[in-house]
Amino acid sequence: MSGVDLSVIAEAPAPPVRRRGGGSGWGSFALRRLGGLVLSLGLLVVLTFLIVPLIPGDPAVAILGANASPDAVAALRERLHLDQPLPLQFLDYLRGLATFDLGQSFRYNTPVTTTIATKLPYTATTALGAILLVIVIAIPVGMTIGVLTRSGRRPWLAVGFGTVAGFFASVPAYVAGTLLVVVFAIWLKLLPAGGAATQSAYVLPIVALALGPTFAVARVVVQETYAVLHQDYMRTARGRRLDAARLYIRHALPNLMASTLTLTGLILASMLGGAIVIETVFSLPGLGLEVVQAIIFRDFPVIQGIVLTVGALAILINLLIDVILGLIDPRTLGGSTHV
Amino acid sequence: MSDTPLLRISDLSVDLGHGIRSTRVLHGVSLEVERGRTIGIVGESGSGKSTLAKTIVGLHRIATGSVVFDGVELASAPRASVATVRRRVQYIPQDPFSSLDPRRTIGQTLAEAIDPVGARERRHHARIVEALASVALQEDAVDRYPHEFSGGQRQRVAIARALVVDPDVIVADEITSALDVSTQAEILQLLERLQRERNLTMLFISHNLAVVEELCDEVVVLLHGRIVEQGAIAEVFADPREAYTRRLLESVPGGAAFDVTAPVVTAAVRTVPVRGRRRLFG
Amino acid sequence: MSDRRTRRIPASLIAGLIMLGLLVVIAVIAPILWGTAATAVTPDTRSAPSAAHWLGTDDLGRDVFARTLVATRLTLIMAAAATAGSVVLGVLIGGLVWVGPRWVRECVLRVIDSTVAFPSLILALVIAAILGAGTASAAVAIAVAGVPSFARITSNMTGAVANRDYVGTARLLGVPRFRLFSRHLLPNISGPLLVLIASSFALTLLDISSLSFVGLGVQSPEFDWGRLLNEGLPAVYSQPLQVVGPSVMLVFAGVAAMLTGDGLAVYLDPRGSRAARSTPARRAPRGPSTRPDALVEVRGLTVRAPGGKTLVDGISFEIAPGEILGLVGESGSGKSMTAMSLGRLQADGVAVDAEVLRLDDLDLLAGGHRSRLAKEIGLVYQDPGSTFNPALRMGAQLTEVARVHLGLSRRAARDTLRDGLGEMRIREPEKVMGQHPFQLSGGMLQRAGIASSLVTDPKLLIADEPTTALDVTVQADVLRQLRRVNRDHGTAVLFISHDIGVVEALCDRVLVMRTGEIVERLTSDQLRRREVEHPYTRALLAATPTLKTTPRPIEEHDRV
Repeated sequence: MSGVDLSVIAEAPAPPVRRRGGGSGWGSFALRRLGGLVLSLGLLVVLTFLIVPLIPGDPAVAILGANASPDAVAALRERLHLDQPLPLQFLDYLRGLATFDLGQSFRYNTPVTTTIATKLPYTATTALGAILLVIVIAIPVGMTIGVLTRSGRRPWLAVGFGTVAGFFASVPAYVAGTLLVVVFAIWLKLLPAGGAATQSAYVLPIVALALGPTFAVARVVVQETYAVLHQDYMRTARGRRLDAARLYIRHALPNLMASTLTLTGLILASMLGGAIVIETVFSLPGLGLEVVQAIIFRDFPVIQGIVLTVGALAILINLLIDVILGLIDPRTLGGSTHV
Repeated sequence: MSDTPLLRISDLSVDLGHGIRSTRVLHGVSLEVERGRTIGIVGESGSGKSTLAKTIVGLHRIATGSVVFDGVELASAPRASVATVRRRVQYIPQDPFSSLDPRRTIGQTLAEAIDPVGARERRHHARIVEALASVALQEDAVDRYPHEFSGGQRQRVAIARALVVDPDVIVADEITSALDVSTQAEILQLLERLQRERNLTMLFISHNLAVVEELCDEVVVLLHGRIVEQGAIAEVFADPREAYTRRLLESVPGGAAFDVTAPVVTAAVRTVPVRGRRRLFG
Repeated sequence: MSDRRTRRIPASLIAGLIMLGLLVVIAVIAPILWGTAATAVTPDTRSAPSAAHWLGTDDLGRDVFARTLVATRLTLIMAAAATAGSVVLGVLIGGLVWVGPRWVRECVLRVIDSTVAFPSLILALVIAAILGAGTASAAVAIAVAGVPSFARITSNMTGAVANRDYVGTARLLGVPRFRLFSRHLLPNISGPLLVLIASSFALTLLDISSLSFVGLGVQSPEFDWGRLLNEGLPAVYSQPLQVVGPSVMLVFAGVAAMLTGDGLAVYLDPRGSRAARSTPARRAPRGPSTRPDALVEVRGLTVRAPGGKTLVDGISFEIAPGEILGLVGESGSGKSMTAMSLGRLQADGVAVDAEVLRLDDLDLLAGGHRSRLAKEIGLVYQDPGSTFNPALRMGAQLTEVARVHLGLSRRAARDTLRDGLGEMRIREPEKVMGQHPFQLSGGMLQRAGIASSLVTDPKLLIADEPTTALDVTVQADVLRQLRRVNRDHGTAVLFISHDIGVVEALCDRVLVMRTGEIVERLTSDQLRRREVEHPYTRALLAATPTLKTTPRPIEEHDRV
């Protein structure tokens, strides 16, 4: 290797890394996420399809009840193609999905898509409203408390906040909802106890749903703030003698957001589940009440449709979080999320 | 016992990473190690020296080429014979703080080396104590945990673990790079003594040319995964044929060749992992 | 492990365990004491709280208080069973993937990743749909629904352990796969795993209750807290207390599990990020300057750690204008502490005090002077990989001081920086300024860092082991750069290092430090001629390997 041009090899680093397909950056990110999206949706579809075949015993008997006549059972089996081989049933199912035909509800004989379209807005409003509330409150509050109590400052604040936040974070949404109804709707008569008649009817459900997660996320943000403030680059920033606002908002916050979002992504997606439960408390005519009734009455097309919808919504939320993460911290674009 | 080298590496190429992210890290490396010799493998970040060490002991897969130890080709041999042969080549990693399981006593760690399946310390107690003595550690270390020892002492334990199975070759992968200067000196003294007493065959990976000069008989210089120069230390260091080797030698501060007033070379922008991070994650 | 015994058990852990214990006691004795009252149908329906019925009665006349307490047993048993199911499956899946072939791991992790996004409640609903409503199916549903996230987190924890050298070594030694898992992986994640199980128990309990609450879990005549809430909700207008009872129990259980989990986490990792507590600074009497011609004067500098331990013990030294002073010592010598204290960048809780600490006419002990500090002291740190903010581009970070303290516009600052980068022999300065730190090599980052610190033409450059993390040829270049900067700009340099060879090559004068004290002061000439007196310096020199062979000089006709 004589004759090497020393002016080019100033350091002896690795030679230019030639990737065989997709470098780092948004290109490879889109590719990866697309693959992940396909896999997630695929699993979701398979899962919802398997609901009926996996029922112990004869699905038709389970749906119609033990007292059903053999003729009715046979007719239902015919109608649901239950005697066909499984792969063919799956293809039928896929065909239906491709044309957005989710079948007919057993109970009402109306298209499932109509049912979902009518009820989705209520669930979506509650869930998305609560998620926004969590992000808007938990992150600034958590960061402020983290900065104020760093390195053992103001221990009374740290302990106090930890206790209060820990307490509220342990209260499940439906309990919070129930107690809020008791206090605000029954004793104080300030807000409606249920229904979706007015805007104000959404206040209690959204607050109930957001209460626990807000404090849970705030606690996470406080811990992450401590971690970020300990990093070497914060010392470098302090070496530049910046004022507090610039130091924390410009240098700490972006890194804080990155690690917080990663951790709270799961919390936010699980709020969709909480939204479903909370409709029982507030009699909101959303997907939650509908799917519970559907399970009790074995109305499988409706169950499948709703699970598909909510699952797809959750996948979308996660994708959005990944995109935001990529914007804030480009390091997450190139690599895989797991080790 | 003949002239055939104990370890022969022929045209070895190794890829790291998987699928799309796979990159070739070693390109056609050829090397022979005679019994009783200590070979220093030097290079900077990205030279592939650590990859070479790990491939020899079996921690990385061979892409092309071969590693032949005492007549047995390691890549293609059946599993059983490879396992026995592998035990005769022992590896000592760099980081003293992650080379020992914090949940197991020193005795248990050494017992596992002797008997990987059962790892019963009591059964092999005598052999363990002897191995510890050869690295100047007391018998009471057997029941103690790694966190009770300093970095230098932990490296001694790692050396003892390599020695306890009576290997033919020891591959030491930057084992003093994470240590204080005085601790490093102690470990080097220990290695020199072991070389004399046991006629060890050793591959010593390092970025520190002065250490390599002190400890090794021969040297292999790696750059970008290729061997740039190799030979007896005295010859290569006194009369380097390659410009890169010369540059390496002239960069050692404290060496007579280092000139702090020499002109600086221009740096081109390359995307590369930072060495500090590399060291932590091997 | 021996140091566990000396650790204090945190109050939160004790409180949590007491609360959990209370619940277990109630679960055991409540059915015995109140079993009949809980199920006895009386004509006294929907009554308000009274002496006979502390929380009133429900629509079948059953005592609500009794029912609330008796429900504890079923709730706890279901929660425990479901948690056990999630834990065992999750740990097996998340842990065992690390001992198998890589492709298996990739596949399984991808599938888990896809399912983790689903709200676990949805998964539970699907299983409830398949199995029908009921106690057992609810428990199975919640158990299975909890597996993906449990497996994911376990896999993350195990992965961190699996990458450590001792696992690789064990694998090389031929330790069988399952034994690798049970001997090395599982014990090393046991701590965080316990914390995870505690919080998982809380979530499982609340999730099962939510299934019962919507009517899919426990069915009449059985009852758990969720079921009680479900029964009490229709009567919430007339009898709000009927829902308060189970609500309180649910919150109590949730808080108990949370306290236990938090307490465990603190117990296992007592080095919390909040540990540092400020040591009160003992103010030494300020002294007059004895060496007014020196650029930097330090007299009686003492630095104490948060615990009170003395890191630097009353040292004194000066730096002349335009001088390169080296501070050499091993770890724990106090050299970095000295440098950071001089730069007013000591860590939180570290107490710094001195008789004199000044840079030119600036008293460093007095507070304030932010702009002067930023302009007159330049800083270069040890690990270029962590020195820069990963979320910001290099241009923004490197021009920050110029924009904030020199008042330069963004364009002017970038122009100045570009010149500085060129002076450090960086070939494409614009490209460097547009990169994020993780995209650049260590040597490049250090050069850029030095260039940035020179923009304000500082009087003093504090370099804390700037070449320790660099390759040897890169180090040589950076050392030459520092030397050039010093000679061209007259910038004084305080150079910290553990390598006496480096210090000898670069510095004009050298101070040798050991356990917080300066043991010897030398000029570089004296060092080169080995005219050293202190035994520690001698030992340090003896221990530092030096290159003995000198390559023969290149003749003209040899040049490539």
